[in-house]
Amino acid sequence: MAKLNLKSIKKSSKDAFITYALVILVYIVMQILLKGGHVSSLIQGLLVPMCVYSLVAIGLNLCVGYLGELSLGHAGFMCVGAFTSAFVSKALRDSIQSNLLLFVIALVTGVIMASVFGFLIAVPVLRLKGDYLAIVTLAFGEIIKNIVNVLYVARDDNGYHFAFSDTKKMSFDDSNGIWLINGAKGINRIPNLSNFTIGIVLILIALIIVYNLVNSRSGRAIMAIRDNHIAADSVGINITKYKLMAFTISAAIAGAGGVLYAHNLSTVTATPTNFGYNMSIMILVFVVLGGMGSLRGSVIAAVLLTLLPEVLRGLKDYRMLIYSIVLIVMMLFNWAPKSIEMRKRLAEKFVKKNQTKEEA
Amino acid sequence: MNFLIYLINGIGLGSVYAIIALGYTMVYGIAKMLNFAHGDVIMIGCYTVFLTMTRYGMNPYISVALSVVVCTLLGITIEKIAYKPLRRATSLAVLITAIGVSYFLQNAALLLFGANTKSFSNVVNVPGITLADGALKISGTTIVTVVVCIVIMLILTWFIKNTKAGQAMLAVSEDKDAAQLMGVNVNGTISLTFAIGSGLAAIAGVLFCSAYPTLTPYTGSMPGIKAFTAAVFGGIGSIPGAFIGGILLGIIEILGRAYISSQLSDAIVFAVLIVVLLVKPTGILGKKIHEKV
Amino acid sequence: MKRFNKVVSAAVASAMVLAMAACGGNASDGSQAASSAANNNAAASSEATGNTGADQTVGTFVIGGIGPLTGGAAIYGNAAMNGAQIAVDEINAAGGINGAQIKFLKEDDEHDPQKSVNAYNSLKDQGMQILMGTVTSTPCVAVADKTAADGMFQLTPSASSVDAVYNDNVFQVCFTDPNQGTKSAEYISEKKLASKIGIIYDSSDVYSSGIKDTFVKEATVKGLEIVAEEAFTEATKTDFSTQLQKCQSAGAELVFMPFYYTEASLVLTQANNMGYAPIFFGVDGMDGILSAENFDTKLAEGLYMLTPFAADATDAATVKFVDTYQKNYGETPIQFAADGYDAIYIIKAAIEEAGVTPDQSVKEIGDALKSAITSITYNGITGAGKSMTWEASGEVSKAPMAIIIKDGAYASVE
Repeated sequence: MAKLNLKSIKKSSKDAFITYALVILVYIVMQILLKGGHVSSLIQGLLVPMCVYSLVAIGLNLCVGYLGELSLGHAGFMCVGAFTSAFVSKALRDSIQSNLLLFVIALVTGVIMASVFGFLIAVPVLRLKGDYLAIVTLAFGEIIKNIVNVLYVARDDNGYHFAFSDTKKMSFDDSNGIWLINGAKGINRIPNLSNFTIGIVLILIALIIVYNLVNSRSGRAIMAIRDNHIAADSVGINITKYKLMAFTISAAIAGAGGVLYAHNLSTVTATPTNFGYNMSIMILVFVVLGGMGSLRGSVIAAVLLTLLPEVLRGLKDYRMLIYSIVLIVMMLFNWAPKSIEMRKRLAEKFVKKNQTKEEA
Repeated sequence: MNFLIYLINGIGLGSVYAIIALGYTMVYGIAKMLNFAHGDVIMIGCYTVFLTMTRYGMNPYISVALSVVVCTLLGITIEKIAYKPLRRATSLAVLITAIGVSYFLQNAALLLFGANTKSFSNVVNVPGITLADGALKISGTTIVTVVVCIVIMLILTWFIKNTKAGQAMLAVSEDKDAAQLMGVNVNGTISLTFAIGSGLAAIAGVLFCSAYPTLTPYTGSMPGIKAFTAAVFGGIGSIPGAFIGGILLGIIEILGRAYISSQLSDAIVFAVLIVVLLVKPTGILGKKIHEKV
Repeated sequence: MKRFNKVVSAAVASAMVLAMAACGGNASDGSQAASSAANNNAAASSEATGNTGADQTVGTFVIGGIGPLTGGAAIYGNAAMNGAQIAVDEINAAGGINGAQIKFLKEDDEHDPQKSVNAYNSLKDQGMQILMGTVTSTPCVAVADKTAADGMFQLTPSASSVDAVYNDNVFQVCFTDPNQGTKSAEYISEKKLASKIGIIYDSSDVYSSGIKDTFVKEATVKGLEIVAEEAFTEATKTDFSTQLQKCQSAGAELVFMPFYYTEASLVLTQANNMGYAPIFFGVDGMDGILSAENFDTKLAEGLYMLTPFAADATDAATVKFVDTYQKNYGETPIQFAADGYDAIYIIKAAIEEAGVTPDQSVKEIGDALKSAITSITYNGITGAGKSMTWEASGEVSKAPMAIIIKDGAYASVE
């Protein structure tokens, strides 16, 4: 009966429901394991980061997989989301008591700011194509990181003080006030508001938004642009509008990832490892490995690849070496035409066997 | 006067970017892939020169030649194992594999050579030029780098135009399938491209480390990304474009730092890059992309 | 194909869940005591380490070390861990701490706050009771938050930012950044080395910009004139010609370089190429410049630095440490190695002062050590006069040594 119902649903929504179910299932299983005390500290500590990277991967997949534009700047949007929200939550900590309310305010401002940046960057950038677009998004990411590193904001009894690259002009005395953003030192002592449940809720919201978008009229327009933008143009699709829409939403989701990231650690600084092009590339790895245009794949790849280097800790000095080898092998397995063919053959065999069994 | 000094420094830095970008852009032009591991091949080349020279006391020229051989072999091996199986897959898949290779090379170097900084000795012993009563100095390394850049550029252009293998490269870069039908050995041609690109990486590495003599397992990653930027700047796939892009990138970096803000030099370089690409969407010397409908 | 994809994703998904469960499971199977002890902080952790056998009566202290063992900062993390390992080996060979042996575990954090927290959690799973780390500042701030929550005692060998010791369970072996900036400015003005000063610093680095900020403040107080303040970043740390040119044009007689020797060796080379020879003045990150393999030591001639450690000091303790280090790792130790070495001995001194035993909980040990460390005076291989004491704030009080490079070797200046 259930099977029949499942078949009558559209394929695309079935796909979405499987993903939701999977995320919720993982959440429930993890909660049970956590309650039972079966989860090591390492894995407990990784739950939120896995959510962070899954979120950003979902965002980037919208851009790369559905819109077909390569972005190497999503860490920049994460950075904007992280810094805006951390700034807000640190500044409002004293006036708002409720953790959840504080987080929601921080989240909303972070996401809005990230999408504003996404929009502003998208306007000029989306004229470009392919690798040129990639390098320009990379450039924007690096500019954001560079600027955040020379931004100073402090607060004392006289109110807020701002400075850009030069603190000498700031009439701020650090004895009776606090630094909110302190240049390269970033933001410290951010209230710790992220947790696994919030992470899962954000992932589900992101999934719902993206699945609904891609299965809507707008989503079909976005994919039409990806497949052939000239044809899309000729049937009257407003290319600029849909590109902007997809890119902005993509940036907003990445920003949400940044918000979650910032409130999981007590400190946030813009370094090459967390908000530089290295991170953008890492997220691209999640998306490509998981399969472009497959949100479920992105989430699974993000989780696996976040987990992998940590699980390999036992290998000591060889950890990162083995990690890189595994990465290459996984890519070859997933993408090499020969391996795809081989898998197909195996799968066919498997299916045939099942069918014959069923018939029998 | 200061301006001239900055300009010369900029050309010095830019020439190093340019020579790395040459290898980058060549591989891109033919294989249509961003070889993110290019910078790390450079690093391996530098370690080869460093070890053979300081530990075994080899003659600099021999050790540079040896490093070219090592890098060429490395390039061919990487191509065989990691890129060739993905020839028919999307270019993004190859890009990710290249990143994997880059991590692999960095971590292998870390295990083999240790994390400690090595001081590279300058292989170039050409005297510099002093102008305007000693106020302007052009270092020998800069001169050699620029000359080598131009020589390589000319040889590559000649090679592509006038040899059978070069013509095959051109054909492959235009249309792989058509080239195959015309009897061009596509796989062999791409392997050859990687071999040449990696050999160039060794030379680039030696010149880079001669100009900026520190060597760690991560030496290659930053110049790698800068060379990518330079190659795109000049129009990726275009050999003279890589040269111009590299030099311009160096000049912009130095002048931006000197006259605008040293704290924001990254932002300035990338902002100029963005503006240039918005005006000329395929880089300075990039070919216009014609799309078939 | 579609169908197959589904099969694969289902398989991968279930593998993922299994992997997570297995990881949890493994930890609880492999070192069940370890993970539960770490989880509730109250259970005795002696079981976790009881497998050492020989010392069943006194047990084993499990000390964890976190630092960048891979990535761009690997040089510092590896040095600190190697130094610590030497100290651990020495202590264990000499009969341990009050008879208890030390088990030293190290984990990589790639100089990233998130990875550092992962490393911390992983060490907790392995039964860590005391943390020696982290090596770099930004990760240290993130980890300090977690150790504070767990009540674990944390001693960082080399994280020098003030934020790193904000929590009351965290202590430093190295100077804080403001301390170094102030001391450098004081030294320069006292010795009248120069009146016009140029600064080159890494604006993308916490350590470098932290020292620069306080140096500028103190220099202004002392009437030193800062004629140039030039930055570089992580992405542009190869070419320093412009910064040097600006210092030269502004007439700087002394160039202050609050960063590490990897970049400093480039600065010195490039200054030499352009014929600019001011006094160069570095801080503790400069130590190690002479031991960089193949470095032309002539370039560093006349370089001043304010550092707590010099590898060629002639006191017995330093000589012994340097010899062992060279024998074990084939390199001359840098200051980070000395900090790591001292850190382990400081932990030992604090344990002896507090009289804690390995069977106490992480929090009990943490509370005891926290108060014990403020009452000890430790004599080690870093700091002039080699004696250190600690404030409750976590900052160490020790005197830096001024060192000048003469004839290709470190020499102390008075």
